[in-house]
Amino acid sequence: MITIQNLRKSYGKLNVLKDVSVVFDAGRIVSVIGPNGSGKTTMIKCILGMVLPDGGDIKIGGESILKKHAYRSQIGYMPQIGRYPENMKIRQVIGMIRDIRKDVKQVDEELIGLYGLKEMYEKRMGALSGGTKQKVSAALAFMFNPKILILDEPTAGLDPISAEILKCKILKEKKKGKLILITSHIMSEVEEVADEVMCLMDGQLKFHETIESIKAQTNEERLSRAIAKIMNEED
Amino acid sequence: MNKIIKYVFYDIIRSKIMIAYTLFLLLLTIGLFNLGGNPDKAILSLLNIVLLTVPLISIVFATTHFYNSYEFMELLVAQPINRTRIFMSEYLGVACSLSGAFILGVGLPVLLFGASLTGLYLLLTGVFITFIFVALAFLASVLTRDKAKGIGIALLVWFYFALIYDGIVLFILYYFSDYPLENATLAMTALNPVDLGRIIVLLNLDVSALMGYTGALYKSILGSVWGIGLAFGLLLLWILVPILSSRRIFSRRDI
Repeated sequence: MITIQNLRKSYGKLNVLKDVSVVFDAGRIVSVIGPNGSGKTTMIKCILGMVLPDGGDIKIGGESILKKHAYRSQIGYMPQIGRYPENMKIRQVIGMIRDIRKDVKQVDEELIGLYGLKEMYEKRMGALSGGTKQKVSAALAFMFNPKILILDEPTAGLDPISAEILKCKILKEKKKGKLILITSHIMSEVEEVADEVMCLMDGQLKFHETIESIKAQTNEERLSRAIAKIMNEED
Repeated sequence: MNKIIKYVFYDIIRSKIMIAYTLFLLLLTIGLFNLGGNPDKAILSLLNIVLLTVPLISIVFATTHFYNSYEFMELLVAQPINRTRIFMSEYLGVACSLSGAFILGVGLPVLLFGASLTGLYLLLTGVFITFIFVALAFLASVLTRDKAKGIGIALLVWFYFALIYDGIVLFILYYFSDYPLENATLAMTALNPVDLGRIIVLLNLDVSALMGYTGALYKSILGSVWGIGLAFGLLLLWILVPILSSRRIFSRRDI
């Protein structure tokens, strides 16, 4: 569904992505892992067209997305740190995005209900805690039934119950044949929800394999140990 | 496009600065008209104050608004909307609301106390100056990510057009006073939208007779319909060049 070919991006002298090529298929949950600053968020922002790559190509459904915008109707994005206009209320932010996306008839409000956002509708975005902002981001990402979901460290600021709600939602959406990209540092969580793991290191693709094959290769029961083993072997 | 402008308007109207700006202009204009008695004189004083404050307020307000709307734009960029559309909506939203405040604050009293062609030119000039300085503000804002730096650049731009430029022109006129400078002055005027606006209005007042040979030249060139058209054309160019170049920068950079 998403094909990335020789993606390159640098900020000044810093090469963040060095010829990354990878293919993601529909109906899978792919976990993007890697140390801090390995280019995970940059890759995601390239897919979203927020960061413009220096070279290479990104295709969704066979069509290049560079310099286009209509394709973003297929993507639901939950940023790592949601930044919202501070003086808008939750109701206004959600209302505005719905107003912009009027073409979508079926609106999925499940997360708004589960997170009890309606009770907080009149609160200003600037007054919200980090976790509540994350809930708003999650609700917006899932709202328009996108074919692709991109979640950048979705559970980082959430309490355990809210994180559990989100995980259930992710697994539910996967059953509908959606592609879900998740970046995360929590290996137990990756093991729980993901089918495949893609590892970025210093802007290069280290490996991209299913969880079973990683475990089989390393003879380890737990994913975190398996990945640690792969990393250490290379050194 | 309209939908996004609607939300930009909504955001600006709530900030109260716009109301204060309208009231300031309203009080200033009514005060000046009641002070002099002669409406031409009032328009002249008004012109001088408007040409100093309107660019300053437009450029500072637009720059701070742009940086404060960064989150808003970030939110929209992930949606299926063209980036240039987001940018132009922001521009039109800010420029139109500032112009609206100007028309309300200055236009209404002018209509009441001294409706004339000169008054109309003053209004038109003010609206053009607003659009120009909002465009310059957006250019300053896309050049740097740092808010303090952006506002610094914006203030410098205002300082240049409002004060420094006139200083340079005076210096040139004084230094080369032995040479015929009429055409050169005319060209130099075109390079500063504030001066251009000033001359458009001045030429419609009797005071233009006081400006000597250069004034006569201005009158012969800018006094005709053609000349006025040319002057407004130049002002339009002053809007288009900065806004189109900043739009280009905005659509080609990382968010």
